[in-house]
Amino acid sequence: MENPRPVGWIERWRSENESRLREIGLAMYLLRKNPLSLVGLVMVLGIIVMSILAPVLATHDPMSVNLSEQFQPPSWKHYFGTDDLGMDIYSRVLYAGVYDLSVGLIVLVVSTSVGTIIGVVAGYFGGKTDEVLMRISDVFLACPGLVLAMAFSAAMESRSLEVLVFAIAIRNWPSYARLVRGQTLTIREQQYVEAARASGASSWQILARHIIPNCISPIIINATLDTGRIILTAATLSFIGLGAPPGTPEWGRMVADGRVYMQYDPWIILCPGLMIVITVLGLNLLGDGLRDILDPRARIQA
Amino acid sequence: MQHSREIQKAIWARSSILHPILILGFTTYVIRRLILLVFVVLGVTFLVFTIAVLIPKDPAFLWAGGLQHVSEQQLEIVRRAYHLRDPWYIQYLWYLSKILRGDFGISPVRNVPIAGELAAYLPQSIELGCFSLMLSTIIGIMIGIISAVRKNTLVDHMVRLDALLMVSLPAFWIGLVMQLVFYYRLGWFPDPGGNVNLALLFLYPLQTITSFKVLDALITGNWMILLSLLQHLILPGLVMSFYTTAMIARMTRSSMLEVMSQDYVRTARAYGLPERIVVYRMALKNAMIPTTTTIGLAVGWLLTGSVVVETIFYWPGLGRYAVNAIQSYDFPALIGYVMIASLMYATANLLVDVLYGFLDPRIKQG
Repeated sequence: MENPRPVGWIERWRSENESRLREIGLAMYLLRKNPLSLVGLVMVLGIIVMSILAPVLATHDPMSVNLSEQFQPPSWKHYFGTDDLGMDIYSRVLYAGVYDLSVGLIVLVVSTSVGTIIGVVAGYFGGKTDEVLMRISDVFLACPGLVLAMAFSAAMESRSLEVLVFAIAIRNWPSYARLVRGQTLTIREQQYVEAARASGASSWQILARHIIPNCISPIIINATLDTGRIILTAATLSFIGLGAPPGTPEWGRMVADGRVYMQYDPWIILCPGLMIVITVLGLNLLGDGLRDILDPRARIQA
Repeated sequence: MQHSREIQKAIWARSSILHPILILGFTTYVIRRLILLVFVVLGVTFLVFTIAVLIPKDPAFLWAGGLQHVSEQQLEIVRRAYHLRDPWYIQYLWYLSKILRGDFGISPVRNVPIAGELAAYLPQSIELGCFSLMLSTIIGIMIGIISAVRKNTLVDHMVRLDALLMVSLPAFWIGLVMQLVFYYRLGWFPDPGGNVNLALLFLYPLQTITSFKVLDALITGNWMILLSLLQHLILPGLVMSFYTTAMIARMTRSSMLEVMSQDYVRTARAYGLPERIVVYRMALKNAMIPTTTTIGLAVGWLLTGSVVVETIFYWPGLGRYAVNAIQSYDFPALIGYVMIASLMYATANLLVDVLYGFLDPRIKQG
């Protein structure tokens, strides 16, 4: 097998990955059967595409103040109207998508990686390590997330993306640590892990090749539902004056700024809020569907 | 914010045959949980202490009132009062001993003790929380039952979609939209400005007996004020109940379906018991155990919900107190609130755990 034949590599790849491909095919079939999660997928993809293409789709500069065009109702010139400073709400809503989605993504990456490392270490090594790590995560879980995030961002005295991310991630990693720990505890006892250990694989090899790959699908399910919650928390923090710095196009802050004028110019708060609802609802629908697809136990019931 | 799915999983885990209560026995279990609670509470105080004192660049500056003009002399007083020059573990011990004595420091903005203010705002928050919990329990269990009985029909799909929508709505936004519709456009509810009409309060003064306003109005028979209080409760209570309603509805649905797939339910049906008795006597009664636990966990969520809802409805409760503290750079007041909220949350979680043991006869008899 030193010289892989160039002819027929597709067939070879296909036969090597046959079981994986069948899994994907089944997942696609289940996704088609579950229209609500498809709707969720479309909503999420739509928001992502709109945010990525924000510089192209935006009709105005999101930060340009134009006092001669204050409080314009939605029109062909300003799709979602303008706010108290004459800024175009449609353009701001698009750029706010970039901000909120990146907060969601960064918090997710930080908390899943920290949570996975801690969970795997706790579950695999067990004993005192496990006890200490789990009691620490208990302490974090004993505080309400928003409240902890409020205290942290107030203590940091600055409003920036990094502070916002850190404030939310503080309370977010323990749930992943617990999830991964539970998964590790079951996989650790499997026979193939025993076999790998008997044939001389080191702890790190077993973790990397057997345990972590098996944690991925529960993490994905949890993460999809979690992203929605993260975005809600970020918007809420910005709404109460923490989180995004003043003036930033951010959905929560836009609602907070427009609140004073909502009686006569409701579009100022309606559009940014609707964007949050679409994003979070899409993620929740998708996560609900993904759970049915990726969780074999739920699949049997369905 | 805990998601209902997570909670549901946690509750199923609790009901497994490997539940610690079965292994340890009920009393031992409760004692162990109480010891654990002490550790968690100590941990929480340390966490809050870390955020409040170790993380800020100059804690004295924050504790003295942040952005306001602070003289070096004032900073020195604050440093001495909070022992900020000592090593961190000594500082922590000082902090802990103060909290144990119920001393949360003095607000630099209003120059009054924070503990007293927290105690004054708490009852209003409890009132709103209780009302909203009542709403979500009634509505949640009702739509949960409907959804479970008509599994996989259009009604069921609508309920499930609705539950997903309710957890996706940002409370601050839907609260404002409801104000817009029901107050500004339709005028059905009083203006979102606190918990009672102040002009009415002037005409019919309310005697303070229990510090819970609704109870006071009931006891003294002050019907005008009672009506005004209830009118002011409806909108914020409804907004706050959305999330918990969805949680409770989902839990009721899934645990009823679980019970209805049991053999004894099938047997009951085979014997020809009327569906009404099967659903309400058997399924609902057994499904109430996990649902009750969810209601307990909802208390924790209401803490978070109250921050936003009280802010937009100008409700004189703890949540709005915290947001005011943030906006007026009243750091000690914020930290006092964080401490109280975290302790309440931790205790609620423990109570839920113990409650579960009490409720499930299989576990209690062990």
